[in-house]
Amino acid sequence: MDVMPKWAEVILVPLISLLLAAILSALVILAIGEDPVAAVKLMVSGALGSTYGWGYTLYYATNFMFTGLAVAVAFHAGLFNIGGEGQAMLGGLGVALVCLFIPWPHWTIAVLAAIIGSALFGALWAAIPAYLQAKRGSHIVITTIMFNFIAAAVLNYMLVNILRPAGSMDPATARFPEAVHLPSLHDLLAPFGIAFSKAAPANVSLVVAMIACVLVWLLIWRTPLGLEIRSYGKSQRAARYAGIGSVRITMIAMLISGALAGMMAINNVMGEAERLVLNAVEGAGFIGIAVALMGRSHPVGVFLAAILFGFLYQGGAELALWTSIPRELIVVIQALVILFTGALDNMVRMPLERIFLALRRTSKSKSTPAE
Amino acid sequence: MTLMQKFLGASAALALSAGAALAEPALIFDLGGKFDKSFNEAAFNGAKRWADETGGKFLEIELQSEAQREQALRRFAESGANPVITTGFAFADPVSVVAPDYPDTKFVNIDGWMPEVPANVQLIGFQEHQGSYLVGMMAAMASESGTVGFIGGMDIPLIRHFGCGFAQGVKAINPDATVIANMTGTTPAAWNDPVKGSELTKAQISQGADVIYAAAGGTGVGVLQTAADEDILSIGVDSNQNYLHSGKVLTSMLKRVDVAVYDSMKAGEGMETGGFTTLGLAEEGVGVALDEHNDALVTDEMEAAVAEAREKIISGDLEVVAYYTNDSCPVLDF
Repeated sequence: MDVMPKWAEVILVPLISLLLAAILSALVILAIGEDPVAAVKLMVSGALGSTYGWGYTLYYATNFMFTGLAVAVAFHAGLFNIGGEGQAMLGGLGVALVCLFIPWPHWTIAVLAAIIGSALFGALWAAIPAYLQAKRGSHIVITTIMFNFIAAAVLNYMLVNILRPAGSMDPATARFPEAVHLPSLHDLLAPFGIAFSKAAPANVSLVVAMIACVLVWLLIWRTPLGLEIRSYGKSQRAARYAGIGSVRITMIAMLISGALAGMMAINNVMGEAERLVLNAVEGAGFIGIAVALMGRSHPVGVFLAAILFGFLYQGGAELALWTSIPRELIVVIQALVILFTGALDNMVRMPLERIFLALRRTSKSKSTPAE
Repeated sequence: MTLMQKFLGASAALALSAGAALAEPALIFDLGGKFDKSFNEAAFNGAKRWADETGGKFLEIELQSEAQREQALRRFAESGANPVITTGFAFADPVSVVAPDYPDTKFVNIDGWMPEVPANVQLIGFQEHQGSYLVGMMAAMASESGTVGFIGGMDIPLIRHFGCGFAQGVKAINPDATVIANMTGTTPAAWNDPVKGSELTKAQISQGADVIYAAAGGTGVGVLQTAADEDILSIGVDSNQNYLHSGKVLTSMLKRVDVAVYDSMKAGEGMETGGFTTLGLAEEGVGVALDEHNDALVTDEMEAAVAEAREKIISGDLEVVAYYTNDSCPVLDF
């Protein structure tokens, strides 16, 4: 039934898409009179050439892993969760409340509480659109995206009016106490004799994100619930005929999705900023969609795509620091990658499928006379 | 091995001394972007003036993400840049974290607030409510309908501070005047949303406003544009925006971020740090823009009233209430 072998599907299609995006980006950089080869070198050395660069790349990647997984889980149930942004914002609120108002003795306990807090807030924020979809048929794409704006307003209200320390102009909470600061990769790797950059923000959340990848894989492919989610996503009618409740699956899938998006906050709020700022999520919820699309909603794919986007973010930052390439153009390059890997998937897939079909036919026609 | 170490040590020393000799100032723009025709652009203009006058060079970056704040600060400090100037209150916290790690580098933050200022950090603030008060007076005098508008960027205390000073100025001239206040949004996107600025302007016009003050960064460009298209007056902010629509912009509330940046760069490594600098009317840190573009709009009466109020504020006879004093505005609800 499959036209293409699995390796072509998983590796070849994204790789060719990336190549096309890279060629187009190079042309754009050429057009503004900069050297694309130098730009690529700067991006690679800036993002992957030092532990400092890796630290930033992995920090961004951790964000995208959580939001990518969130979108992927919803995808498996046939639901398009565009609300990762808002769910992650609320997750941040959960983390901030847990960290600010409970005196934790040690980060290990605090991080567990923060995971629960962020997951709970994120899940709650996803629960309302999920309920509306399941019971009232309000389309989840519309409701989740609207909830992003409501989340921004809620966060703004909380930060400006309630959580802001007196005198401060910045709509942000106070710094979290020392005890809940998460160890960075520098602290984690030092006992093993690996010198990792101290300045980089990558932290223990990366490990949490990787565990989340494994757990999502187990959930989707190794549990009865995962089977129900997948069958509901493939065909709602068939699933209902098989006795799978649509309300139940919609709610459960969206709650898990929202919880995963919310958990991003332990990386950016607890791990990096160590306080909650208004702009904490800054688009990671939307990047998660691209990551899930590119990763084919598989945890391994999400993991790799998240690292790719982390590389694009950190490489882009280095470009902005040391060249005169304007930041808008860096967004263009990131957008090209999203466009080719996400939206224009079929542009690469269809010709490839034709090639593989043709190859198969020729190999068959060659083999028939011998029979 | 030892040779290698010596070599590395020598190159490190070389890099250090090179860094010290360079000492270019660095300027970090906030998320609104360099060319917002307003706050960040004022900072850029100050830096450019310094560069033109001295022939010096400066490093700069426009941020894209929150995590880059600390990153850019550290990278510039490590590269030997001095002083490192940041625009926007959101930098106060990252600066307070990074600065102690680089005691030889001077850091400047414009608009920020810290509970304790590290020895190598200087904070520069402006008395925006005083300048806004003056443009509020002018708005009330220019208004025929008795209704004026205020369009803020992101709904944060700083912008309410602008709006509150403006409303006080309006009420000082015409106690019965109506001030309509709207904020563009609750996310940083509100700093750069000219389309929404334009929509809000139309909404305020339909409610009767005939002078609108925009304190919204790049969003203000849309406000000024629509006001000019609909043939009402607007008031610009931060930079002198009178020229954007000559004869249609009543005035601009100047916030001399450019002067702050210029002075910091000029002082260079020797600048004084460890405290707050507050620039108000007396220091000409804020003010009202009068030039050939709004010559026809500003009456002698307005000029006289503004000059009088200015004197009174400087001498302390007239107190414009700051929104921060008790996080509320006596004449305007947000």
